[in-house]
Amino acid sequence: MAQPASKDEVHVEHTGHHEPTSLWSKYIFSQDHKVIALQYTITALLVGGVGMVFSWLIRLQLGFPGQFSFIQPENYLQFVTQHGMIMVVYLLTALLLGGFGNYLIPLMIGARDMAFPFLNMLSYWTYLISVILLFVGLWDATGAGWTLYPPQSALPGASPGAEWGIRFMLISLAVFVASATMGGLNYVTTVLQARAKGMTLMRMPLSVWGIFVAAALALLAFPALFVGGVMLLLDNMAGTSFFIPVVNLFGRQLGHEGGNPILFQHLFWYFGHPEVYIVILPAMGIVSDIIANRARKPIFGYKAMILSILAIGGISFVVWAHHMFVSGMNPYFGYWFAVATLAIAIPSAVKTYNWLLTLWKGNLHFSTAMLYAIGFVSTFVAGGLTGLFLGNIVVDVPLTDTYFVVGHFHLVMGVSAIFGIFAGIYYWFPKACGRMMSEAMGKIHFWVTFIGAYLIFFPMYWLGFSGVPRRYYSFSGIDTLPPSLNGLNAFMTVVALVVGAAQLVFAFNLIWSAIKGKKASANPWQATTLEWQTPTTPPPHGNWGPNEPIVYRWAYDYSVPGADEDYIPQTVDGVPARAGAKR
Amino acid sequence: MTLKLRTMPREEAGVVLTGNDGDGSWGDGFRGGGGWGSSLPAGKIALWLFLATATVVFLMLLSAYTVRRGGPDWRSLPLPGILWLNTSLLMISSGVWEWARRSSRRRDPLTMRFLLVTAGVLTVLFLSGQIMAWQQMSLAGYFLATNAASSFFYLLTALHGMHVLGGMVAWGWTTATLIWHKNATSMIHLRIELCAIYWHFLMLIWLVVFGVLWFEIS
Amino acid sequence: MGYLRQAAPCYKIATIMQGIALAIVSILFVVVAVVVTVSGIWWLPPLASNWGALDTMLIITLIVTGVAFIGVNVALAYFLWRYRSRQGMKATFLPEHHRLEKWLIVLTGIGIVILVAPGLFVYSNFIRPPQDALVVEVLSQQWFWSYRYPGQDGKLGGVNPKLINADNPFGIDLADPASQDDVLISPGGQLHLPVGKPVLLELRSKDVLHSFYVPQFRIKMDTVPGLVTRIWVTPTETGTFEVLCAELCGIGHFNMQGHLIVESETEYQKWLTEQPTVSQTMGATMK
Repeated sequence: MAQPASKDEVHVEHTGHHEPTSLWSKYIFSQDHKVIALQYTITALLVGGVGMVFSWLIRLQLGFPGQFSFIQPENYLQFVTQHGMIMVVYLLTALLLGGFGNYLIPLMIGARDMAFPFLNMLSYWTYLISVILLFVGLWDATGAGWTLYPPQSALPGASPGAEWGIRFMLISLAVFVASATMGGLNYVTTVLQARAKGMTLMRMPLSVWGIFVAAALALLAFPALFVGGVMLLLDNMAGTSFFIPVVNLFGRQLGHEGGNPILFQHLFWYFGHPEVYIVILPAMGIVSDIIANRARKPIFGYKAMILSILAIGGISFVVWAHHMFVSGMNPYFGYWFAVATLAIAIPSAVKTYNWLLTLWKGNLHFSTAMLYAIGFVSTFVAGGLTGLFLGNIVVDVPLTDTYFVVGHFHLVMGVSAIFGIFAGIYYWFPKACGRMMSEAMGKIHFWVTFIGAYLIFFPMYWLGFSGVPRRYYSFSGIDTLPPSLNGLNAFMTVVALVVGAAQLVFAFNLIWSAIKGKKASANPWQATTLEWQTPTTPPPHGNWGPNEPIVYRWAYDYSVPGADEDYIPQTVDGVPARAGAKR
Repeated sequence: MTLKLRTMPREEAGVVLTGNDGDGSWGDGFRGGGGWGSSLPAGKIALWLFLATATVVFLMLLSAYTVRRGGPDWRSLPLPGILWLNTSLLMISSGVWEWARRSSRRRDPLTMRFLLVTAGVLTVLFLSGQIMAWQQMSLAGYFLATNAASSFFYLLTALHGMHVLGGMVAWGWTTATLIWHKNATSMIHLRIELCAIYWHFLMLIWLVVFGVLWFEIS
Repeated sequence: MGYLRQAAPCYKIATIMQGIALAIVSILFVVVAVVVTVSGIWWLPPLASNWGALDTMLIITLIVTGVAFIGVNVALAYFLWRYRSRQGMKATFLPEHHRLEKWLIVLTGIGIVILVAPGLFVYSNFIRPPQDALVVEVLSQQWFWSYRYPGQDGKLGGVNPKLINADNPFGIDLADPASQDDVLISPGGQLHLPVGKPVLLELRSKDVLHSFYVPQFRIKMDTVPGLVTRIWVTPTETGTFEVLCAELCGIGHFNMQGHLIVESETEYQKWLTEQPTVSQTMGATMK
């Protein structure tokens, strides 16, 4: 954040705002959206590292069952539960909305900061508290899976017991919902209210569109998790019977009566399915922008891209029960949820075609960010297509709760979302830190992660066909399953450890490049969007210095015929010769 | 194939220019950047968004309630009559806020102070009344875990009460500013308006919750 | 490209190689996926029930999504190779192409209809058990399966989970005359079914969620405490099969296997008549 002192003075004069000078207010309790974005990103990446360690432990047990005495069934289920919860909520949601949302929204729409900087700071610290609460709960068992289905998650006596591990998780989730609500209000309001002159909604980069719609979804979906979580906590601790019917646990009658376990599943998935899109829509937006830039070509079908983001966001609220086809809910619900689920494939397919058609006749530059963006498209297709199996009830019945599902959601929302994050980090790192990331290390990171992800998750589809059930501690003694399962599991475990090691290369690259990386120019990717037009890199507090940007064009004027360069920043006035456009 | 140049002229922008002259008054938390966004103040947009979120909270609870009501163990319970008094207190308080909102437009600080304090007192009375209702329920032997109906009664009233408490924080902030700063600024007018909207929302949600409880449980 | 211009030329060569490598890897994934699927190393376990339609739907889905998967990856690989940046190259300004977009949407829509229409048709059979189906109750608990047969009268007696105790593990309402001839198979026992006869399974759970899953039958249904869930199947092959639990149910989830024996009608009847009825085993507790 180094800049000439004179510039500071000009800046202060113009904004009437006192720039924080102490280390404390500048980097710790900062209200600057860029600092908060980095706080979110660093915290979420560290939390994600913990989630990754849990995945190694899961894989060690699956690959080499019985070789690690510290992984008992109880620990194994705890790893499964914590891994899922950490990755979906505390890594992906926090990083994509809190990290990228915070960094990109104000810069890309030409605002000086979020609409409510103080609320923004509060959102981060609330998130941090929720992370701490989650980690405090790690000392106790949490063996109900990340879906937290009662009665398993509500009965302290159910083995493994649902005591403080689950309770801390539920309390932590409630705190996280508060944080996400504060963040969501901020992101949506900022996009609606604080855009620079000329920045119409239909000129916004797709990153902002994706984050904007995802934040709106978060505002409408998280309350269901909050309500379900509070009721579950009361069932667990206060003896209420929202979800717990008469239960006879190990020969003992518990005092509950009349509750409905499926009710929780409805509440959970009413949140849980939009949550998938809360994670993937920002990643889609980021990938769209990177592909357009690195192909030096406008994103294909910009309007169609926005319409499909809106369609996906809207339909995501009416498909939740496709997670519950064999849950015992009213079977007639199945018709609607199957149709709606398969319908959501159409806007998703439109997005995929448009990414491909953006590459078509482009001028492709394969920087690491671009490799990850293409990796995203690849894994999104490989994972998304299998959603057509699971959305169609009769195909879902044999495959649900098998490794087919594990492969599906890991590729489509786990690996894809994390690829979107990696693409975004490699792409915007020069803006955030003023230095380039090492491309050599980046490429090692990409190739190991990309091929490794396929080697781990792709075979799971065939395991699912063979009927291998998920969340199993061990497969010994089950004759139905193919014997080659063990060899394959060992192979997947080895690959998972190698992919994990590649993430250390990434972590090293982040730190090394931040200190010793090549100095970045203001606009190293020759991009059109506003964040690359800031007066200094990294941008100053308040982003724009004395003059706020004025926007004259959409975000995708790449390779415009008749223009001198192959990109025209959004801040450039005047229309280039139209003659060149005809052909 | 036809190629269309996609550079949109400024006039194409379908959004109203707010007249923010870009003086950069972004630090106060109510103005963003150049102001090509909505003409509504940021606080108002955020409030409406929050109301949507809070509505989903109660919508989810009431749907859960509807499902759970079909359970085999469902028994109705007698609701304390004090709830009627509480309901009228909240309705009056919402009305007082509306009055304050209107007089704040007429810039009448003295009336405003009086109205705000009145609205606050009424709301505190509402909350105390709710706690008394809880006491009466528990005296009658209905506790949180007694049966599903009483569980929902406590949960719904508690969550509504928490939203009211949140409103009281905003009330305290606004009233304190109004009393200490003699001249009401435009900021305070906005805050009063936001509080009034929020109290109307609290009242509406309470009417729905109370209606459901009264007609379904008792 | 300002940044690329500054970089060493070897970087540029390495960068172009990335595109070609990514194209090759994409094709490789497709080839491996096709080979593994066709070779059948890992495939559905041999079908042993009437639900061949589920397999057919799965294969239709596999073909439709397979075509899309191959198409997308081949296009991706081609674009990566064909349009990799080279000296003097320029991208074409091509922001949209309505006709192409429309065709792609129509094509996708057709694919979706091919999947969902027959899928829902099969589903309507799936949720409508035949009238003459044999009713058998499956009761789950941590981490065992137990079963109840209706006996001679063909009717399962009433149950109440509140009545469950050590002497009455099913919570049977002994006052119900229909209970008297019911046959109970205690936890860990085997489920016997006659071949070729539709069976309606009524599933209950004592404690937490479980899921009744027989891979060879293709069926799976959660057991939910407080509810009775239903699924029906006609076994078509005799033999012994495994019942797996498919819903996480605690520490013993992975170990919650039962056995299911499909046998001829006569063998089944013989076995059933050998089992004691409720009035025989629990008669003492009645009085």
